[in-house]
This record gives sequence, C-alpha cells and structure tokens, in this order.
Amino acid sequence: MEKPGRTLLAKIWDQHVIAHVSDDTDLLHVDRHLLHDLGGSRGLLDLKSRNLTVHNPELTFATPDHAISTARGRAGTSKIGQELLAGLRTETSAAGIAMFDIDEAGQGIVHVIGPELGLSLPGCLIVCGDSHTCTHGGLGALAFGIGSSELTHVLATQAIIQRRPKTMRVMFEGGLPFGVTAKDLILALIGHIGAAGGTGYAVEYAGSAIRDLPIEGRLTICNLSIELGAKMGLIAPDEKTYDYLRGRTYAPQGEMWQRAVEAWRQLPSDPDAAFDREVVIDVEAIIPQVTWGISPEHVIGVDGHVPDPRAISDPARRAAIETALDYMGLKAGAPIIGTPVDWVFIGSCTNSRLSDLRAAAEVARGRKVAPGVRAWVVPGSETVKRDAVAEGLDKLFTDAGFEWREPGCSMCLAANGETVPPGQRSVSTSNRNFIGRQGPRARTHLASPATAAASAISGAIADVRMMEP
Amino acid sequence: MPRPFTKLTAIAAPIMRTNIDTDVIIRIERLVGNSVRGSLGKWAFGSLRYLPDGSENPEFILNREPYRQAEILITGPNFGCGSSREGAVWALQEMGIRAVIGSGFGDIFFANCFQNGILPIVVDKEIVDGLATEVENTQGAGRIGIDLQAQTITSSSGKRHSFEIDPRRRTGLLEGLDEVSLTLQRDDEIRAFQASDRAERPWIHFARKSA
Repeated sequence: MEKPGRTLLAKIWDQHVIAHVSDDTDLLHVDRHLLHDLGGSRGLLDLKSRNLTVHNPELTFATPDHAISTARGRAGTSKIGQELLAGLRTETSAAGIAMFDIDEAGQGIVHVIGPELGLSLPGCLIVCGDSHTCTHGGLGALAFGIGSSELTHVLATQAIIQRRPKTMRVMFEGGLPFGVTAKDLILALIGHIGAAGGTGYAVEYAGSAIRDLPIEGRLTICNLSIELGAKMGLIAPDEKTYDYLRGRTYAPQGEMWQRAVEAWRQLPSDPDAAFDREVVIDVEAIIPQVTWGISPEHVIGVDGHVPDPRAISDPARRAAIETALDYMGLKAGAPIIGTPVDWVFIGSCTNSRLSDLRAAAEVARGRKVAPGVRAWVVPGSETVKRDAVAEGLDKLFTDAGFEWREPGCSMCLAANGETVPPGQRSVSTSNRNFIGRQGPRARTHLASPATAAASAISGAIADVRMMEP
Repeated sequence: MPRPFTKLTAIAAPIMRTNIDTDVIIRIERLVGNSVRGSLGKWAFGSLRYLPDGSENPEFILNREPYRQAEILITGPNFGCGSSREGAVWALQEMGIRAVIGSGFGDIFFANCFQNGILPIVVDKEIVDGLATEVENTQGAGRIGIDLQAQTITSSSGKRHSFEIDPRRRTGLLEGLDEVSLTLQRDDEIRAFQASDRAERPWIHFARKSA
C-alpha cells in the first residue's frame, strides 16, 4: 500500500522529533532561538537563578528592538529600556550568545533580521518569545511564538514540547490586482475566516498568488498568521526562496549550500497530502484592505462602509460592533474612505522591509504629507535602513514630510514610549488594531504601506488606486 | 514551579466579549522591565477597569461585588488572542484568577496558562453561555466548582459538565510539575538527536564560540 502524502508541516515536524511525549505531543529540537530586549535578559537571568546554563548558545541570537527608542541617537529610550538593553548585552555576552547591537549591521526587528541574515532557513524550527515569530514561515521554516516559561525551557534544553497542530491550507489563486499587496491578501483572509479561524492550526499558504509573491511579501503573509489565531504559518520553499537566501551571512555556503537545497526541495507538501481544512481565496476579487475596528477581523475594502450594528440581528455581534465603533469614534454605516487621520506609521515586522519602503516611497514621491498629519517611516533593520539610504529613500521621505527613523518596533506596540496620543487616529502598516495597542485610547487602522502612504498624503484614509499618477 | 491545581469552588466572573486580546489583559508598558512580577494584578484589564482619569469604571464586572472575589473567569470566544506575553497570565494570577473557562483561547495564551498553574478549560459555547447566565442570575453569588481529577465543571445550580484536557497537561497541573526539570532528565536523548542531526543537516549546527 502506498503511503499517504505528507504535508510541509509534517515533514518539518517529524524531522525535529527528539522523543514522543504522548500520543500527539512531541519534544522537538529548536534550531534557532531568537531573543529580544523585552524578554531576553529576563530568560537568561531566570536560567541563572535556577543554576542552569544555556544548552546551545551558538543556536541562540539576540538583538534589541522592542524597548529601544527609534529616534536619532536612540534619544528617549526609557530608563527601563536602557536597563533591558544593558541586561541583554551583559547576559548574552556571559552566555556566549551572539548579539546584534544598535548601529551594527544585523540589528533590527527580530523577525526582519532572521531572514535577512540567513538565520531563518527552510525546514528550520525557530522560536522566539514573540507571537509574530510565524513570520519566518515565509521561508518554509516552522516558526512560532512562545511565552516566557517556554523561553526558559528552550534556553535550558534547546528543545520544546509541542502538541501537533491541525493543518489548514489556504490557496490564494489569481493575479494581484492593481494596488493590492501581500498585506491586503492576508487581511482579506482574516476578514473571511475570522481572528479565531486559524486557532489550533498550522496554516500553509499556497496557490498561484503565493508562488508569484517575492519572499518579502511571503514574510508579510506569514506574519499575520497569528492574527488569524494560527501560531504557525508557512509557505513551501522554492527557487525564489533559494535565490533570496543564497550568500546570506548565516546561510550555508559552497558544497553545504548544494546539500541544503537538495534537502529543502523535498519539503513541499506532497500533491496528495490531506489537510484538516482547506480555504480558497479568489485574489482577483480583493481590493486594498483597511481595518475599521479593534480586531484584525474588523476589515473591509477601502471602498467599503463601516458596519451598522442596527443591521445585525445577533445581540453579541451587535454589541461587539457597537463597542468597536465607539472606541474607534466612527459612525455606523459611514464610508471608511475619507476618514481624517492624525498619524501614519510605516514600519513593524509586518511591513518594514525594503520592498515595503519602496512601495510607500512610490506613492510619496514628489508629494507632501498633509498638514496636521505626522507620518513616520521606521525601517525594520539596520540593513534595510542602509539599503534604503543607498537608494535615496530617506531623502525622498523627508522631502515629502515623513520622519525617517532608526530601526526598531517603535509604534507598533508602544513599549518604547513611542505612542499615538489618546483619541488620535492612525493608519499603520503594523499587525494589531487592538484597544490601546499603539498607546492608551489610540485608534488604529491597519493597511498596506501603499495605502498608509496615500493616507498620509491625503490626510485621510485613501484609496491608493485613485492617486493621480 | 507552578502551583498544583486540583479542585476549586469559587466566584466566577463572566467576561463575554469576543476576542479579548492579551494587550487588553495587560498593557505592554506594565511588562517592560525584569522585575514587574508582583505588581501586575492591579493593572489587569486596565483599559476596561479604569476610566481615563484613573478612577475605577463602576460598569466593569471585576469592579463589582462579589465579582471582585472571582477566582474563575468565564470568557467569550478567542480570549487571550494576540501577543505571546506571559504577563497576561501573570496579571490574571496576581488578581487571584485560577481558572478560565471558554469555547476557545489564543494558542500561546493557552499554553502559558499551564506554565503558571492556571487551568484553561475549553467547552462548547452553549455550556460557556449557560454557565455565564446562571452566574448572572445569582448576581454572582452562585459558585462554580471545578474538579480537575474528575474533569468536571459544576454550575452554580448544580449542573455537571465534563471537559476534555490533554492528559499530560492534566498531570502537570495536578502535580505542579516543572517542565524544565522533566526535559533535562532526557538530556541524553537531546544530545543524541543533535549528534545524528548534525550529520544529516550540518548547516543547522554552528560551531560554538570559544570563550
């Protein structure tokens, strides 16, 4: 009898099983463990307090991103932020862990630098104390966020106990319409299946639109898996993946590279592999997306209208929409386009790579940020920053009235004093429009870099497709 | 080492809104720093619990008696979605919560609960809604019973519901086991795996920096 086909997830999973812990739970080997300033030193100190040492410091890498200021010279990093940075330096150095420090090539948002340095590889199991670790799945890695206790466990053992998730495949079929980006595809999916639609699943993204997407777009797709409820999202590696990784600092070289690529070619899901759930999305029906509420599932096309709770019969859903509209200060049934904005944030592990900055720059070129709008561009890493500067993007943005900043998480999560003021409205390329996410009572609309730039220029939520060429 | 969880009969507070994320459970700025634990209880649900002027929001359930004494939360769908911050669990724990009951939780939050001796129970939405309604009908006075050994929840009126739980997780909670110590007992297996994997996937295994 022939063996049934295996999924990408199953192939990677099985390769990492150190021991079966129970029927559906395994002790898995961790290939790469990424630490950041918010939780890195805490984990290392926790280990020390238990008289334990780091099991594999050479598979562990650290960088500051969450709590540092992104102002020039890192001015304004809080006292605690500075302590966390100092702690990360001291503890990684004592443990023999490589750290990419501020102003060094390699520093940046942990989910931007992993792929960029070639630390994240196809078939690799990657964890980090951050839910957006699913980003690295864009390279065909099995990557997921963990909590503080699990982080300590990984430091001590280089292994993690995980229950095998269910599998979902999402097929994005068709060509990308004008003005539509990877961000719009994944937001549309979240709108379609909901913020809990992926809970308990590892989601594999496939289909012609995914195959056509450059790697940076695939990273954006996988980044928002957690907003779908899925801890893990992944995309089969292909020639684009290998072209992206070839020659990167930590990627294998020479003969080892050939061996690795041969192994990676075996990873894609077999044609007859079965998934627990299948979803098909018609890409050609998608238009630029923007969120209106307090969950990423509160999303509509930019030409759409904010929902009207009076039209909803289910009382719980009606109440949820009323709460969201009240928090967001929006009128029921109003068009989303033209909603005035105070802030625009272009950055975060979702959309701060060179291609994102180029897309925003295309819109900003020769134009001006509307009066009264503050617009920030925060590159995802020191390398992205340097590459962007080499292309003159920093100048293009500052000429257009944007602020050009240092790499870090910045205003995505407001752990660094960089916040949208209470009651103000922001269009943000980040990943969460939760209550208070960008600062207490801040109102966030998630969108693509192009839509964010168009909104900065217009002073209101804008349809990038309507911008004069 | 997590505190063991066996049985509990306690006041339960329904927080039924869908998609209560971990940012809402605890804001990130409360978690910046290495010595935040112990101070988080009063900041749990801060954006719901306090008004902009810092005073308590009298409308919010956890600001009302007897719900202030709650040790159980009955939650709406997808409670604990979003960020991996374990601080969300610490904050609940520090305000006295020992169990959460819902139809589904954020995956990372769910795992973090077990690490801290908090029992997350997943049951059908109808059961969750029924428990919440019964509690509300007694103005919160009716207590909910949880027996982890027997895997049952007893509603305030005495209706018994059974629940499923991963047997390994169940044992871990009942005995308050420490996963790090347990895994370190298998260190030979970890090292054997690494040795054979090094031959198979040498590009994964870097040389250790000499000190």
